[in-house]
Amino acid sequence: MSRRILGVVRYDLGVAVRNGEQLLLVLGIPVLLLVFFANVDVLPTGDGEPIDFLAPGVLALAVMSTAMTNLAIGLGFDREYGFLVRLGVTPLRRGELLAGKVLLVLVQLAVQLVVLLPASAALGWDPDWSGLSTLLGATVLGAVAFGAVGFLLAGSFRGLLVLAAANALYVVLLLVGGMVIDLAELPSAIANVAELLPPAALAELFRDAFGGAEGDVARAWTVLAVWASLAPLVAARAFRWAPTRA
Amino acid sequence: MAAVEVSELVVRHGRLTAVDQLSFTCEAGEVVALLGVNGAGKTSTMSVLEGLRRPDAGAVRVLDLDPVADRDRLAPRVGVMLQDGGLPPSARPRALVSLYRSLFGAGQRPDDVLDGVGLGDRVRTPVRRLSGGERQRLSLALALIGTPDVLFLDEPTAGVDVGGRATIRELVAARRDAGGAVVLTTHELDEARRMADRLVIIDHGRLVAVGTADELERAAGPQRLSFGATAGLDVVALSDVVGAHVREVSPGEYEADVEPAPSVVAALTAWLAERDVPLADLRAGRHGLEDVFLRLTEETT
Repeated sequence: MSRRILGVVRYDLGVAVRNGEQLLLVLGIPVLLLVFFANVDVLPTGDGEPIDFLAPGVLALAVMSTAMTNLAIGLGFDREYGFLVRLGVTPLRRGELLAGKVLLVLVQLAVQLVVLLPASAALGWDPDWSGLSTLLGATVLGAVAFGAVGFLLAGSFRGLLVLAAANALYVVLLLVGGMVIDLAELPSAIANVAELLPPAALAELFRDAFGGAEGDVARAWTVLAVWASLAPLVAARAFRWAPTRA
Repeated sequence: MAAVEVSELVVRHGRLTAVDQLSFTCEAGEVVALLGVNGAGKTSTMSVLEGLRRPDAGAVRVLDLDPVADRDRLAPRVGVMLQDGGLPPSARPRALVSLYRSLFGAGQRPDDVLDGVGLGDRVRTPVRRLSGGERQRLSLALALIGTPDVLFLDEPTAGVDVGGRATIRELVAARRDAGGAVVLTTHELDEARRMADRLVIIDHGRLVAVGTADELERAAGPQRLSFGATAGLDVVALSDVVGAHVREVSPGEYEADVEPAPSVVAALTAWLAERDVPLADLRAGRHGLEDVFLRLTEETT
């Protein structure tokens, strides 16, 4: 592992732990959603125990918040402040910066799992652990798909617009992403579109991994694989390193 | 082969030609200042040297390498200060220095680096709370971490107070004395003269003059005699007396392009004495760098 990649990851982790909004987004909100809706049964989470639906869904939400929202905001501001241009005149190569961001997301995902799995268990979640390979495979595909969308957001919008767009997308997908609200409860027009987006696919695969899938698992794999292969191509074409000037 | 070679460089921004057939060099152990007004093409030239954009025509070589094609080999040997710092407002100096040490695989302990630029008491202060001068010094510290063979500094002293400027000049001179080549930009004449061994004066993207400050002043024309006296003297008669054209540049201020030899001064004072005109002051010397600069850049407009 390159010294330069590790340097970038260490720097970004330092920024992350000092940043209250980021911590709230990647840990605070998922834990809050788990605790609240596991105890207050108001959400349409389908039949069965709310926690069996919620725990895998909140894990999917965690992947989305880290790989898409958090990445887009951090990268978007680094781009807008000219920090990416500045790093471009150091020995750091673009591929190394990219590798650093991937590693950063993986480290943050690991921290989220360490917090969210015991928290879910404490709330009465007692899943079947046989689908660990499904969990890992879906996590990687999901992180790639969401990460590419994060790059796309960070590279397309200016400064505060990245923040607004990334947060708006987060809220919309939180509601219609099939993660905390069962898609079956949504109007069919919305549900039909939502099924083709990464959040619902990832949540479905996570439920499958823990033995609780209700929908079409094969379609979920297809949706996620298509996003994970196409979104990076679009992001690579659209991403700009230099700030967008008004 | 000079450390930095710019040959017939052309940079266009859309239809505007920002740099037009510019050529100059910078040797190892030399500080060269690109001097020009805002919009003269200084930063465009620097971005080509830094590898941030390709030339539209002409060529640049840095340490005999191409800044774009040979980026990975060149970057560890080059230090850069960009014009608009490019530092995130929430970033802290110590974290930035640590990051740069891992990127360059070199450098002293972060706190020693920051002590060296007078930021020893600012290691945890976010960039947004640093003054303009403190940001420039932090930026220079980052540029120096890899002990670079070449330094590109875009407006290194802009917005920096007197003390900060002295620190920056010392650090730049130290790198030069250790054999580094330094190319910097400035629009301030005094700063260029203090920091640089040679000046490259550019205007509208074109080279208008190159040389040491002394060379430029000497080349700018004959020596000058100027004096103050009563307004409205007969400049035609005076021109005969001193043997050169005398101008009244402002009421009571006279100037002539003439060697201030003792005989000339004697003739002038004798003429004034005959008419009982008191002499307010008398100055002899060359055109200052400012005159040279203004004259050179006005000619091309």
